[in-house]
Amino acid sequence: MKKRSIQNSISKIIPMPLAFSPLWPFIPICNLRDFSLLLNKGRSPNTQIQGEGSLLSYKTKDNIIKYLFFLCALVSVLVLGLIVYFLFIEGVPIFKVVSFKDFLFGKYWYPTSDPPSFGILPLFLGSIYVTGLSSVFSIPLGVLTAIYLAEIANPKTRSIIKPIIELLAALPSVVIGFFGMVVVAPFLQKYLDLDTGLNMFNAALMLAFMSIPTICSISEDAIYSVPRELKEGSLALGATHLQTIIRVILPASISGISTGVILGMSRAIGETMVVLMVAGGAAMIPESIFDPVRPMPASIAAEMGEAPYHSEHYFALFAIGIVLFFLTLIFNLIADHISHKYKQVGASTL
Amino acid sequence: MDIKKIKENIVFWVIKSAAFLNLLALTIFLFFLVKNGISAISWKFLVLPPRDMMTKGGIMPCIVGTLVLSLGSIIVSLPLGVGAAIYLCEYAKQGKMLRIIRLGINNLAGVPSIVFGLFGLAFFATYLHFKVSILTGILTLGLLSLPVIIGTSEEAIRSVPDTYKEASIALGATKWQTIYKIILPSAIPGIMTGVILSISRVAGETAAIMYTAAVFYSPHLPTSIFQPVMALPYHIYVLATAGTNIDKTRPLQYGTALVLVGLIFLMNFIAIMIRSKKQAKN
Repeated sequence: MKKRSIQNSISKIIPMPLAFSPLWPFIPICNLRDFSLLLNKGRSPNTQIQGEGSLLSYKTKDNIIKYLFFLCALVSVLVLGLIVYFLFIEGVPIFKVVSFKDFLFGKYWYPTSDPPSFGILPLFLGSIYVTGLSSVFSIPLGVLTAIYLAEIANPKTRSIIKPIIELLAALPSVVIGFFGMVVVAPFLQKYLDLDTGLNMFNAALMLAFMSIPTICSISEDAIYSVPRELKEGSLALGATHLQTIIRVILPASISGISTGVILGMSRAIGETMVVLMVAGGAAMIPESIFDPVRPMPASIAAEMGEAPYHSEHYFALFAIGIVLFFLTLIFNLIADHISHKYKQVGASTL
Repeated sequence: MDIKKIKENIVFWVIKSAAFLNLLALTIFLFFLVKNGISAISWKFLVLPPRDMMTKGGIMPCIVGTLVLSLGSIIVSLPLGVGAAIYLCEYAKQGKMLRIIRLGINNLAGVPSIVFGLFGLAFFATYLHFKVSILTGILTLGLLSLPVIIGTSEEAIRSVPDTYKEASIALGATKWQTIYKIILPSAIPGIMTGVILSISRVAGETAAIMYTAAVFYSPHLPTSIFQPVMALPYHIYVLATAGTNIDKTRPLQYGTALVLVGLIFLMNFIAIMIRSKKQAKN
């Protein structure tokens, strides 16, 4: 930084053509100001003083700009802090009414009945079950698609399918929820002979549809960046392409794949519109995969409109927000940890 | 034929069909959307407000609302996001501070949108007294899209060749001049891609605006940023779950969904075009 600013000052004083002249090596030896005075004989001494002033201000200006950018970068951390702060301010008062344990492990969520019951276990399990079930579809499909794109598809197919996967990621969740409601639900109801098509299975399908692009694109990056020499080494030793994929490429990219899987699951846990519209909305612990459920985000979204401001119900919904926030935070921290700790630097790390 | 070879072929066929299952799902999805939605879309549908308890008429206020919200959110997220990206690429040194900032950005990207909605409701709408309004929505969505903008801008800035910077510094430009005159102009296409992707994400966002900006029904367009708006995604949700006559408005629902998806796909196509044009240039 210091060295750079000296360079800058020099270039401010010395006219451009001179900066490239063979005089350069001698410049540090002679007194800079005298040297520049020499060059600016024709001008008044005042300009020199001004020049000196602007030198300083250039440095200050650069510093101010640096701190402005630093503040921009800090905004994300700040916002994260504010989110936690406001969730706690609005959520914690509920624990005057129910204990933390009863809130988390209570089996009954009847926020509007008299007396109300604020147990979020059915909602919590709803979230976990529906995410777990969606992973059963999304992990194999996402990872296999990634393997196909990175290893098997020819460049032309790849250049067509990759943007399509990205388009899939861009689909708004409300439209996917709508599709699940009006197309998939009647279909399931008819062909599986169910009471309602709006259930955990349908929601899991739609969530898988949403999280496949996340899993796929992160895994594909990881598989694609496995060093060539590893693959070539394996092929040269006589392994088939399939053996190379299973024994060499997948182990080498497992950290990236796990990051993708965890982020995809985290996205599914926090997803609101799909579960709000498709999961059926019954706040009870499901017994089969065709039971309706009411995951945590769906409860918040469905009930916030009717909860009076600063009522117990309102506080309880923010408290669910806290649980949801920390659940996704844990997932993200695990993903972050994996991608840092097992970062693949080169062939030598294996 | 070798048994190994047969096994390999079978496994590859399974992998390939998994990949094409995604395409099939997308095709079925688009097929139903277009088949049922295209008949609802007409010029009148796009330029008229809804009427008769939202069972007839168009979706003009929703289109306007979605455009206002998503463009507005960019005003919040673009300067902050590009600023943060410049810091990360040009100034930050390896260390604890950088680790904290990175962690902050990554975790902000993972915060569920409904939690952003709660935050917007508690902070902007209630604490700062912005009420349920366009302003609250814009600020909430702006913060929600911040990680996307930071990520794409960072990538764009990093892809500017070092030689550009070195030449600029060697010519005597200060760091700020180099950033402003050399790095940013070269990074613009990449940043634009990020902006478009972010708009397309924000346009479809529902959970974050439900209790911060969106309104069930409003007979006319908002006149200031302190009023709530109708928005396409929320309109779909309302019509499909809480409308007065859900089955009767089905074509309207399909039509609205098709308009939203069309809008988002259009923006994504533009972003892909910009990117592939840039790649061709390199």
